[in-house]
Order: sequence, then C-alpha cells, then structure tokens
Amino acid sequence: MKVVKTFTLKNELGLHARVAMHMVKVSNNYTAKILFEKDGRVAEGKSILGILTLACPKGSQLTITAEGDDAVQAMDAFEELIENKFGEN
Amino acid sequence: MKAIATRKTVVLKGVGVSPGIASGRIYVLNHRMLKASHHSFTDKTLIEDEVNKFNGALESSARELLEVKEKLDDPEGIGPLIIDAHIMILRDESFVRTTIAHIRKEGINAEWALEKTVFKYQEIFKKMEDEYLKGRIRDIEDVVQRILRNLSGVKYDKVSDIEEETIIVARDLSPADTVQMKVEKILGFATDIGGKTSHTTIVARSLGIPAVVGLEVISSEVRTHDIIVLDGTTGVVIVNPDQETLKRYEDKKRHQRAMEEDLLKDAHLPAVTRDNRSVGVGANIEFIEEIPSAVLHGANGVGLFRTEFLYVNKEELPTEEEHFQNYKAVVEGDQIKWATIRTFDLGGDKFISDPRLAEEMNPAMGLRAVRYCLRERELFTIQIRAILRVSAYGNTGIMIPMISGVEEIREVKGIINEVKQQLIAEGVPMNRQLKLGIMIEVPSAVMMADALAQEVDFFSIGTNDLIQYALAIDRVNEHVGYLYRPCHPAVLRLIKHVVDTGHRAGIKVAMCGEMAGDPCCTMLLLGLELDGLSMTPLAIPRVKRIIRESKFEEAKELVGTVMKFTRADEVEPYVKNYMMRRFPEYCMPSHE
Repeated sequence: MKVVKTFTLKNELGLHARVAMHMVKVSNNYTAKILFEKDGRVAEGKSILGILTLACPKGSQLTITAEGDDAVQAMDAFEELIENKFGEN
Repeated sequence: MKAIATRKTVVLKGVGVSPGIASGRIYVLNHRMLKASHHSFTDKTLIEDEVNKFNGALESSARELLEVKEKLDDPEGIGPLIIDAHIMILRDESFVRTTIAHIRKEGINAEWALEKTVFKYQEIFKKMEDEYLKGRIRDIEDVVQRILRNLSGVKYDKVSDIEEETIIVARDLSPADTVQMKVEKILGFATDIGGKTSHTTIVARSLGIPAVVGLEVISSEVRTHDIIVLDGTTGVVIVNPDQETLKRYEDKKRHQRAMEEDLLKDAHLPAVTRDNRSVGVGANIEFIEEIPSAVLHGANGVGLFRTEFLYVNKEELPTEEEHFQNYKAVVEGDQIKWATIRTFDLGGDKFISDPRLAEEMNPAMGLRAVRYCLRERELFTIQIRAILRVSAYGNTGIMIPMISGVEEIREVKGIINEVKQQLIAEGVPMNRQLKLGIMIEVPSAVMMADALAQEVDFFSIGTNDLIQYALAIDRVNEHVGYLYRPCHPAVLRLIKHVVDTGHRAGIKVAMCGEMAGDPCCTMLLLGLELDGLSMTPLAIPRVKRIIRESKFEEAKELVGTVMKFTRADEVEPYVKNYMMRRFPEYCMPSHE
C-alpha cells in the first residue's frame, strides 16, 4: 500500500525544530516507510534534520509518501497534525 | 592573587561604559563558540576508540538535556519541547552516521568530524530564503556545541552555577544571560561588542560594576581562570598582568573607592544649587534588590522603575500578583519617597524570547512598548491593575514609554479609566490621583509636546531612544555609534523645547536617559531647567554634588552660550572643558 498526499503548511513559522519533531514522532509510530518531499528534494520521515533541511516556510507545499501496511493510518495522522497547525498558530 | 607566569600578558582597548576598576579571574561565557580541535590518527587502531568516544559524548549530551528538562519549572510549556527536539537532533540517524563515517574514512578525531557534519548543515541553512527557518541552524549548533563540550571535557556554561567572584567575558550579553547571573558574584563585564547603551552597559551600570565593551576579540583571546584587570573608566583591559601592573591597579581601585566613600558621605543631602534651585534626583532601577544601593547613593525616589525583568526569560506572562508584589516592595519602604513605574517597554534590543519580534527588520521602530501594549490589551491591563492597586501603598507614578502622539495616550487613558472603574466596583483601594506621565523619546512627541502636556501630569525625557531616533543612529551598530552624540545641538534643542513647552503648560519635566547621569552634562541639564534627573544609582552622588556646588544662574549662562553652537564638535569640547575647569575631580577627561 502506498499513499501520496500534498499539503500546504499553514502554521505561522513553518517547519521549525519543534514542529519537525512532531512529524518524526508520527513517522516513528508507524511501520510504513515515510518520505517528505519539497521542490524535488526528499527527506526521510524519521530524520528531524532531514525535515529541517527541506526548508518549509508557511504556505509551502509538502508532499508526503507513506508506503507499508499502515500507510493510510500514518497519512491520516500527518493530515491531522498539519491541519491543526501542529498545535500552533 | 597571583598572575600566571606562563600566560602571555595581553592589553586591549575598548570602550569603558561603566566606571571603576575590577580585577579578578575570568569566566568566559561562550555559548556556541567552542572551537573543535583537529587531528588525524596515524595509528588506525585508535579510530574505533574515537567512534566510541563520540557515541559516549552523544549519550552524555542526551543525559544532560534530560537533566535540564527535569529542572524546568513548567512541564507543559515550550521549554521541554525544545529540549526534546534537541535530543532528537543529536540522535538523528543521518547526523550520527555522517559523523562516524568522517571519523572512520578520514581517520580524524570526533570533534573535527562533527565540525564537518555541522558545516554541511550550515551551508544548507545559509541558502534558505525564509529568515526564521534560516535562523534555526542555531538549534543544530546548540546541540553540536553540547557534544563538543562533552568530547573536550569543557563544562557547559551555566552562568547560574558561578560560585566564585568573577569577571564575565563574552561576545555580548543578552537579557537571557544576565537574568541568570548571581549578581553578587560578578565583579565586572568585558565584551567583544556593544556600546554605551547596549544591554551589557545598562546592566553593569545598574549593578554598579565596571564594564568595558567593544573589545572585538576578547572572548576568543582569553580563557576561563585567566586573570584580568579592567578599567571601566578608560576602557583598558589587561589580561594576565604582571605583579607590578596588578598592584598599580589595586592601588588605583583603592583610591577610587576612597573617593566614592567621600562622595557617599553627603550623598543624602538634597540637590539644591547655591542660589536655591532644587532638582529632584531619582534612581533608575530594575530590581528591588537595587533599592538599598539607590538609597545609599542618595536617591530619595525612583524616577524609573523598569518592569521588563518580569517578562524576560519567562515561559508565562507574569500574574497581576507578581507585578503587585514587586511594585509594592518599591513604593512602600520609607526611604524611597516616590516611585515612577514604567509600563512594559519590551521590544528592540531588550527582548529576545519571541522569535517573531526578534526577527523584525528594525525592532527599535517596530512593535514595542506602548504599541505592543495597545495590541496586547490583556497583558497591559494586568500591569495597569497592579500599578493602580499599589498606588494605595505609597507615592506612585505611572509612565508610558514610546508615546508618539495624542491618540496613543488617549487610548491608554481610556484603559486606565476602565481599570479604575473596575477596581472601584470591586472596592479595591488605590490612589485615584495617581500621576500619569509619558516618556518623551519619539521626535513626534517632542513636536506634539504642547498637546501631550494637556493629557498628562509629567514628562520624562528618555534620551537614549530620543537621540537614536532624532539622529537616525542605531545605537547598537558599532559602525555608526560615533554619531550617537547626546550633546548634538539638535538634541539640546529638542530637550529645550520639551522643557519649555511642559513648563508653559504647568507640568514637570524630568529626564531619565543615560545623559541624566553623566556628570559632564549636569550643569547643562540644570541650565536647561529640567525639574528632575533620574539615573543609575552609582551616578547620583557626583551629580548631586555638582548641583550643590553650582549656581542655577551660571548653568543658564552655559546653556545660553552652548545653544548658539551649530555643531556637536563645538558643544562637546566646550562643555567638557567648562566642566573640567569647574569640577576637575568629578569630570575627569577619561570619563568618556
């Protein structure tokens, strides 16, 4: 099972360290292999530094790929996190 | 104290910003400047040991971070999250893998390998367009510094742990650094950057300790435990002095102390000129711990109580009760007869914990002080309530910073009235006649002084900001710092206009900027007819003595002459020479 979805980041400060940490925590909760992609560059879902180096400010488009048995559940979790602006403004 | 013979003596010259001499051992406060040592292994069997050493340093760093996290007061706040993120960074697989690969493939030590890894990230972040995200490299650098410290055995800097009397050497000091210091242990400051009005300077002056800034390289030239002599009057700093030099400075220090003691003897006498002109002299303070020093140095009131410390470095906003207890400690003592509390003046270079504020292009002209308060009504209302409540306990004034026009002060007055009504309804005691004043520090407020005088009970001129706005000088920028001139004719005219306009409207005009505490300016300010001067406690005895030994008439004559000048280059030497002739012992040429 492979799920691909693109999100627009809405939180004010974009993907900074704390937010990236939440993303990694979600990745770690699932067995599916997670990849983040922005502007053609790819980072592993379990690497906080990988996510940070993608440089995603507010309004940027982030494509998430989840591949594995629980890919759908993983994607739902990412969607919830991003839509809730990571609990920030 | 013995100088260490093996270390070379270094003499540096900076800008003396807080007078006096300090000598003692250095504590280098260095946040992320630890340099990695470089060496490669000729004996390849040592390489695996180095990998283990690196892994060990990662573990110790993680352990340290967890310890810090446990000590944080607020488990629900943002602090623990930041620490978790840092732990995650140091465990990041690609980060660890890359570093170990450097060690193994290139046969280099762990510190060097780590430096190479972080360099790669620095290059990536440098190219980012978003300024905020670009700045997040600091999270990685912080973590790397911690690992480097664990690798090299250098203890992590915890200012709060300093137990011996020390002189702090740093690139620069932020409010976040100074709030953690045990002030009674700090003998002086020496920093690479800064100017007469930067945070380091203000703190040093309020603590009454010598400071030299603008030393450019000192933080990288010295080590913790080196011996240093610093002269906050001349700006000279000597690292690892020989015995003779050390002794000479100890003598000088004793001599200065004797003079201070002499000045203190009559510091409590009122500031009245020989021809009976009286000037109110108050202290600028930030912490209630400074009150005894203010009283000792002859302040009978507090002309400026800064309230920013209540906010800086806190995860949560202060409660009304915290405000109240602090203000109460200031106003209720019998030695302090009156106190003017300045509302929230955060922003600019004074506040750094909100990244969005700090990222403003031009924070001095940004969302700060009263502007921020009118935006964040709740924060402001809490503070106003506390000040109004405290007015029942002693002679209290309230002062609003950075007012730029009539609409702002009217809005503030609206809020104050609302709060008053609430307190009346709740039956809470207060002094309804509490005096309301504004800082005059924005040039537009100078021009509107006649209208503003109709709205308030007093003015207090904040020269630090007024000078920087009027002369368009960024006061923390070393390149244009030389243009920051309190005696610029334009500044003197602005001051005169404010005083004259205030007096015509029948209100008092005081000054609470750095200029008020400069003994070389005392007669000038006396002649400009300021009703009050508020300054750092240490400056009070000299200023009071000059006032007592002057005549108002001669001060007015001095002003009459100076106001005809058109260049700061004329005003400064004239006033300086005049004061050196008149008061050689208080206005030494080295004072600048």
